[in-house]
Amino acid sequence: MSLAKSPWIIHVNCNSCNGCDIEVVACLTPLYDAERFGVLNIGTPKQADIMVVTGSVNYKNVNVIKNIYNQIPDPKVVLAVGACASTGGIFHNCYNVIGGVDQVIPVDAYVPGCCPRPEAILDGVVAALSILENKKKGNIKGKEVKLKGKEVPSNA
Amino acid sequence: MNMTDILIAALVIFVAPIIGCLYAGIDRKITARLQGRVGPPLLQPYYDVKKLLSKDNMVVNPSQNFYVVVYVAFLILSLLMLVFRADILMIIFVYTVSSIALIVGGMSTGSPYARVGSSREIMAILAYEPILILYALAIYLLTGTFKLSAVVDASTPLLVYTPLIFIAMIVVLNIKLKKSPFDYSTSHHAHQELVKGMLTEYSGPGMAGIEIGHFYEYVFLTGLIFVFWAVNPLIGLIISAAAFFFVTLIDNITARVYWQWMLKLSWSVLLILSIVNIAFLYFSEATIM
Repeated sequence: MSLAKSPWIIHVNCNSCNGCDIEVVACLTPLYDAERFGVLNIGTPKQADIMVVTGSVNYKNVNVIKNIYNQIPDPKVVLAVGACASTGGIFHNCYNVIGGVDQVIPVDAYVPGCCPRPEAILDGVVAALSILENKKKGNIKGKEVKLKGKEVPSNA
Repeated sequence: MNMTDILIAALVIFVAPIIGCLYAGIDRKITARLQGRVGPPLLQPYYDVKKLLSKDNMVVNPSQNFYVVVYVAFLILSLLMLVFRADILMIIFVYTVSSIALIVGGMSTGSPYARVGSSREIMAILAYEPILILYALAIYLLTGTFKLSAVVDASTPLLVYTPLIFIAMIVVLNIKLKKSPFDYSTSHHAHQELVKGMLTEYSGPGMAGIEIGHFYEYVFLTGLIFVFWAVNPLIGLIISAAAFFFVTLIDNITARVYWQWMLKLSWSVLLILSIVNIAFLYFSEATIM
């Protein structure tokens, strides 16, 4: 139970339009107060447990997000917040967009919505907690995601 | 060193982190209440440490966690020396070694955030160290010895003759606990700017060690305030607890300042306050024995 009582979150903005980011930050305000579950918004990936990603992945930030994922010590979970992070959303057909976060790193929970309500995000965090506990029990480690070069696909 | 001394030492080593953990929990609870939130449970710092211990250990160099061990070991040593009423000057020197260990650990990682945080922490040491030395000097002038046992056995409390140094020590407590307005070396609230300062590259057990060290540090620093009224332990405890909560209050009502401001505040206002107090003690030849 130790993991579920103090989930520390790193918030990664992958080219989000800021809509989801404002909702994520709203979770920490007095109205929703995520800290009553022990949730802390931590700056460094090395001390984080839950990676909250907003926005779609594109060729500019794909290595950044992989790098941050690799730097989080196990056990860790990834929470995709918003339509863009889940599927690519409104940007899914753009020439520079790869798609949802699950295209590059393994995602454990999705919070749909454009943008999702703070209640939904908190619900997603609580759902991620049980996954975190299972990962600790089963000793499931996140695989290291290999960084790629700056290749751009031919259809770009 | 007889049997009771060993027992007291063991008791201090085991009880101090529990008290420090409660301090940290109450601190977070008060902060939450002042911001109109419910806040985390009282034992949240304990859950945090337990979680950090169960995480993977990710280090950038092999010596990084060794500095954490040095930090905690020297903190325990300084706390034990305080409990056994040793030489106050020696306690301050031993305590400085623990602060330096954290700075060297931050520097050794090579992360730019850790470098910036470490150099800011050096500035903090530059700001508070003279005050601590003058605090020791005041004890010497009043009792004729640097030994803390003289303060405990005195007839009058230390605070009666050192009110100005007491004010300076409250600010030192604020700087040392890394609370706002002086929270820029590990940045509890400034993720965007400094990530986690000095502690950026610590993860899992290493970070847990630092958290436990903070628990010891809480007890040690409030212990330094306790010395001001050591003749009556109850009043001493009340004063040190009040000082701690005052620092928490200041943390919540102030914004972070530049490190230059802290240095100016410390080297002008606080140093003058302390020197005036020392001069009074020197010329009046007051004694509390």
